[in-house]
Amino acid sequence: MSQFLYLYRGGRNGNPSPEQVQQVMQKWITWLKSLADQGHIKDQGQPLEPSGKLVKGRSKTVTDGPFAEAKDIVGGYTLIEARDINEAVELSKGCPALESDGAVEVRPIMVMNL
Amino acid sequence: MVATLTRIFGVHNLALAEDVVQDAFCRALEVWKLRGAPENPSAWLMATAKNRALDVLRRERTARIFEPELSRFLQSEWTLAPAVQELFAADAIKDDLLRMMFSCCQPRLSVEAQVTLILHILCGFSVDEVANAFVSTHSATEKRITRAKKVLAGSKRLFDVTRADDFLVRLPAVQRALYLLFNEGYHGASPESAIRADLCREAMRLTAVLLEHPLGAVPATFALAAMMCFHAARLPGRLDASGNLSSLFEQDRSQWDRELVAEGVRLLDLSAEGRELTEYHLEAGIARVHALAQRAEETDWDGIVSLYDLLMKVRPSPVIALNRAIAIGQKDGPDRGLDAIHRIGDPERLKRYPFYHAALGEFELRRGRHTKANEHFRAALKLARNPAERRYLEGRVSACDNSPSKTARTKHSKLASVS
Repeated sequence: MSQFLYLYRGGRNGNPSPEQVQQVMQKWITWLKSLADQGHIKDQGQPLEPSGKLVKGRSKTVTDGPFAEAKDIVGGYTLIEARDINEAVELSKGCPALESDGAVEVRPIMVMNL
Repeated sequence: MVATLTRIFGVHNLALAEDVVQDAFCRALEVWKLRGAPENPSAWLMATAKNRALDVLRRERTARIFEPELSRFLQSEWTLAPAVQELFAADAIKDDLLRMMFSCCQPRLSVEAQVTLILHILCGFSVDEVANAFVSTHSATEKRITRAKKVLAGSKRLFDVTRADDFLVRLPAVQRALYLLFNEGYHGASPESAIRADLCREAMRLTAVLLEHPLGAVPATFALAAMMCFHAARLPGRLDASGNLSSLFEQDRSQWDRELVAEGVRLLDLSAEGRELTEYHLEAGIARVHALAQRAEETDWDGIVSLYDLLMKVRPSPVIALNRAIAIGQKDGPDRGLDAIHRIGDPERLKRYPFYHAALGEFELRRGRHTKANEHFRAALKLARNPAERRYLEGRVSACDNSPSKTARTKHSKLASVS
């Protein structure tokens, strides 16, 4: 088993009503639960606020977010375990972010042998 | 709310659950003082408790272990709020009540401790209110509650209401606890008042929750619920306008709640399935006879005596023996009634019960033996447990004093002393 990070990008559209938020959250909980039940969750992760700051370069300049286009803003992460990247990709297809035109970036954790 | 929060926090964090509920109520008092009560106060309280719970979970998730089953949902913000939300949903709450009820009725606690816990945790009674219900002191009750809560918090988890075997094993204890709770309200010895309608209401509410669960909806529970309905239907008539106890024979039956009687009949019919004949069936049957009699004179005492005969076989007790003897007296006359009372084996416990002496007094009065009756009623009066009982028994004492034979004797002696 190897570990992969899911980075959820974009998929945040307009001002959803409380009921819509509720529905979306329910989908997340269902999806994450199904991954957990199959033993793929290493760390469920956290959602991220859309605001933030960017600290850049040697000069360490600090600017306010957004620091990417809306469709690229990372909205959260999850750490999963899967046989290989193909399985990780397959598992990610159930992610609710995809339904609102978001994306899941699937990144293998680097194994460092020192 | 405590039941639901205990489900989320885990039974070992019972005290934390109570704190959160306490907080919600305190907040309510402060906010509502300034802004007035909201349209839906219970929803407001629930929402506040829910948000407080979220705060606690976030703050303490590294420091504490919460309910193990739920902990994976509590770690991540993805699932934290939705999970808590789901647990506060209406169906979940009913389940929580049931779960807590069953958890309180555990075999390591005496039945009095079980009922105490139910009153305190599920019905939200304060220590004083519980002490009042059981005619006990504040400190004794507090000790009992603390000990019982320790036992409860020490159990590894809340009772699992989905395991049918365990459920059915513990169900009789839960039914008994609810029966005692209702009884306390209906017949209770509270020094304040003879009837605690709120205890009856709570018992009925929790029995209804029990009936909504497929495993709880057994004939015995239906019979228990029916019994409660019949008794509760008669509550409006038991105290007259001045707050005095009135006997079954004097009650204004038009005050009885016809709808509750109808509900009792419906539930009793539902309890007739299967071959189980429990004490609840019999008590409900007796209560039904009374509730359906339009006037005291029309009561089917024959039927009642037969039911008491059966009840003495199923669950013999001195009080039931007394009630049976009274019924016999109604059916066959005061001589037979007195005879039946005197035949009750081991009457020591009964002699501390005011209505034992009152029953003797009643029958002696009907036989015209006023002095004897007077003695009995005075003995009963000494044992009265609250103002309403005292007034009632004082009334019975005067009823003997004002009897014609006594006034005749007094006249005689007056004449005798003059001449």
